[in-house]
Amino acid sequence: MVERTPILNFFTHLILFAGFVFCVAPFVIVAIAASHNLKDVNDVPMSLLPGSDFFVNIKTAWTTADLGPKLFNSFVMAAGVAAGKVFISALTAFSIVYFRYPGRMLIFWLIFVTLMLPLEVRIVPTYAVVANVLSPYQAIMDVTGISWLIEKVSGVQVSLSLGLLNSYTGLIMPLIATATGTFLYRQFFLTVPDELTEAARMDGAGALRFFIDILLPLSRNNMAALGTIMFLWAWNQYLWPLLITTDQSHATAVTELKQLIPNVGGAPEWHIAMAGTLIVMLPPLVVVVLMQRWFVRGLIATEK
Amino acid sequence: MASITIRDVRKSYAKMQVVHGVNLDIASGEFVVILGPSGCGKSTLLRMIAGLEEISDGTIAIDGTVVNKLEPRERGCAMVFQNYALYPHMSVAQNIGYSLKVAGVPAAERTQRIQAVARILELEHLLDRKPMALSGGQRQRVAMGRAMIREPKVFLFDEPLSNLDAKLRVQMRSEIRKLHRRLNATSVFVTHDQVEAMTLADRLVVMNGGRVEQVGTPAQVYGRPASRFVATFVGAPAMNMLEATVTLDGVSLLGDSRKLNVSRAGLPVGSKVAVGIRPEAVRMVAPGTPGALDATVDLVEELGAGRVVYVDLDGAPFSVVTSETVHPEPGSAVGLQFAESDLHFFSSETGGRLDVFKASVPEPAL
Amino acid sequence: MEKRVTFGKWTIGILFAVPQLILIFTFFYWPAGQAVYWSLTLQQPWGGGNIWVGLDNFRSILANADYWNSITASLVFAGVSTGLAMVIALVLATLTDRQLAGSRLYRVVLIWPYGIAAPALAMAFRFILAPEAGFMAAVNKFWPGFWDPGLNGADAMASVIIAFSWKYVGYNFIFFLAALQAIPRSLIEAAAMDGSGVVRRFRDIQFPLITPTIFFLLVINITESFQDSFGIVDIMTAGGPANATNLMVYKIYSDGFKGLDYSGAAAQSIILMLLIIALTIVQFRFIERRVHYR
Repeated sequence: MVERTPILNFFTHLILFAGFVFCVAPFVIVAIAASHNLKDVNDVPMSLLPGSDFFVNIKTAWTTADLGPKLFNSFVMAAGVAAGKVFISALTAFSIVYFRYPGRMLIFWLIFVTLMLPLEVRIVPTYAVVANVLSPYQAIMDVTGISWLIEKVSGVQVSLSLGLLNSYTGLIMPLIATATGTFLYRQFFLTVPDELTEAARMDGAGALRFFIDILLPLSRNNMAALGTIMFLWAWNQYLWPLLITTDQSHATAVTELKQLIPNVGGAPEWHIAMAGTLIVMLPPLVVVVLMQRWFVRGLIATEK
Repeated sequence: MASITIRDVRKSYAKMQVVHGVNLDIASGEFVVILGPSGCGKSTLLRMIAGLEEISDGTIAIDGTVVNKLEPRERGCAMVFQNYALYPHMSVAQNIGYSLKVAGVPAAERTQRIQAVARILELEHLLDRKPMALSGGQRQRVAMGRAMIREPKVFLFDEPLSNLDAKLRVQMRSEIRKLHRRLNATSVFVTHDQVEAMTLADRLVVMNGGRVEQVGTPAQVYGRPASRFVATFVGAPAMNMLEATVTLDGVSLLGDSRKLNVSRAGLPVGSKVAVGIRPEAVRMVAPGTPGALDATVDLVEELGAGRVVYVDLDGAPFSVVTSETVHPEPGSAVGLQFAESDLHFFSSETGGRLDVFKASVPEPAL
Repeated sequence: MEKRVTFGKWTIGILFAVPQLILIFTFFYWPAGQAVYWSLTLQQPWGGGNIWVGLDNFRSILANADYWNSITASLVFAGVSTGLAMVIALVLATLTDRQLAGSRLYRVVLIWPYGIAAPALAMAFRFILAPEAGFMAAVNKFWPGFWDPGLNGADAMASVIIAFSWKYVGYNFIFFLAALQAIPRSLIEAAAMDGSGVVRRFRDIQFPLITPTIFFLLVINITESFQDSFGIVDIMTAGGPANATNLMVYKIYSDGFKGLDYSGAAAQSIILMLLIIALTIVQFRFIERRVHYR
């Protein structure tokens, strides 16, 4: 469109550039602060020219917060959640889209409701469940009298117990138990032409075969989008890992950041804190930059 | 190669019945075309044969075995879909070979059979491509190849040519016909295009509103339509229909201005019938010619090889196909002449053909 | 919407849903039910199970000034940060949608903050906004005592709001831009032919057409401000000073796990759940309307 609006264009560029600075400045400041030494970082105002201690600070932060194993834990958790989501949601969506069975709508709504309540608001009882993941089943057996029956018959007292605190399973499973991915797949499956299903049936493929040979390969884009979003989401989890990893061995990088908050007394070691922050920020940032297309797509698709 | 026997087949969804008791025998090796307007139940019937729809009532047997409860894969049918339904993520070779893969055919044999099919369909140079990278005609051929490779007992076609442009459609039509001659497999082809139907069919099944209206060779269906619906649906432009009333000595047309001396065939005086005449069977003569009907020209459609003349016949629309060199001008008067043997009579009540009229008609032309 | 073509053997079909059902039962429905149970009972300090107390837990929470303070803080936080994040994002998205030179760059970069973990960005902002080092320190130098989130509640609240808004500008930006780009170009061109300028076109055409997105983002931002704020608060202020930033989720955490008052925390959870459910219902109503829009 031919439109001459020089003044407006000028302000457009100006405001957009301001927005750009607003977005990027914190990253830059963190990086610069991470390159100073203790004295320079506490200078007022801090010099915006990078210092020379970048690698020293990174190394100090790395060892102080023991980031190696923590990053590994973060990675296992994020990858586990992403993979679990991508896989389990696909199964469920396949079930509710491609089959007709009694109670299908009930299942649909049971899953749908989970969208409403994020983990953060039911954190206390979820913690209790993870402390003994079989407790719901124990309770059911006690109430229904099955425990009593078993005890009478076999003389064995039923006491189911499986603690998942400080385990990858405990970290990952509750984060998978939501509906986001299921609805993403459902929306997509509904757009897959019926003729493809019929063609597959004519070719002799049953439900499982169709799912593996046709539906999953067709869902590749959606899997990439969902995987990216879920990886980032899980990587960035804070409250949940903080609660259930009472033992340092399973703590994640994000929860370890807290160790780096400078003490109030004495000169605060901001250079180390910022170096640690940079390390923790970097993996998701790399994912966002490399997977931008899937990230944006996943964001928009999961919220619909 | 197999025969198909359809007995009293019905299909109803929750409230609506869409197929009302169809009976049909398809001989082994026959090419049958089911023709009808959209929503007439023709695709539903085809899909019931394929096993993609439950049969609500009645039986379908392939080679004498009732297949009502069999899965599609157990029926030995292959199908070509309207939009081809090629798997977008698989190459041409994988698409064609998928059914063999599912059936557990070893890879070496699979490759060999894919090659053989590709040779027949001239797809050899395209085997590694994805469907996205193919033209409409090529996709169509891949869909055919996918059906052929299983050497099915029955080929089912669900309007497979409707997504092609006109030229390609004619070409694929003759290819399908040739392929059938070569494979000689029983084929059922569904379409709403009557030209396609006429050119392909050994036998034509015309359906309307979930019922079979007529079964016969294309010539029979065109020459002796069994009902008013068939008469107007088959043939282009459509057969002209004039409302008439039975009188003591025959029928009268056009507000009693014309009388035809035909037998009443036992119909009560005053009952209504429809008289049909194909546009191709009408000749244009000078207005006022004895025995001809006078009409006014409304519109002339030039077809190149001939022209279609739409006339106003006492308020009733009427069309004439002419290849003569006459150039009637809109608004001018013309005379219309036709042989009595070209007239078709249909009951106004049931729409059924009334053959009795013609049998007893004496000689004189109009 | 439903599929026309389905597979016959539905017993197999149910099996596909079983893994998810087990997960959501164990980690969603049971804990949610548990929260309801705890909120209506009181755990006895010497053990021996819970005793039924009816709505007493709710009564004592609602009578507690600290809790009301927490609700007020949450609402202030939700309102201001949502407003900031949405307005900034809308301006940036609208200008990017003009597709002048460089708009591709903005589209890429403006999304980055959303990828960052709340605690990490909280740490960054804790430094940037620290009163003794970093950038606000420079301001304090000229104007001593102007800024101290460690002592001044309003400053602390401003800090967490800035950090949260920074993250959600990117998120809102994506949705606004997608909505703006979904408006057919021909519509904009038609308006230009009718003689309306850039600003007028925004007011008369673009803005009305993206109102559904605005409502949608409004709800999402508010809901997220209840959840995603935890990491920011925990790193930046730990709820202080003097409970000024003791947001609802943070209070549930500290009452439940630090104060070991499960019943009180459960009752707070229930109230927060109801709040979020109400918001979600509002959201679905708008989404429904949005579908009709198209």
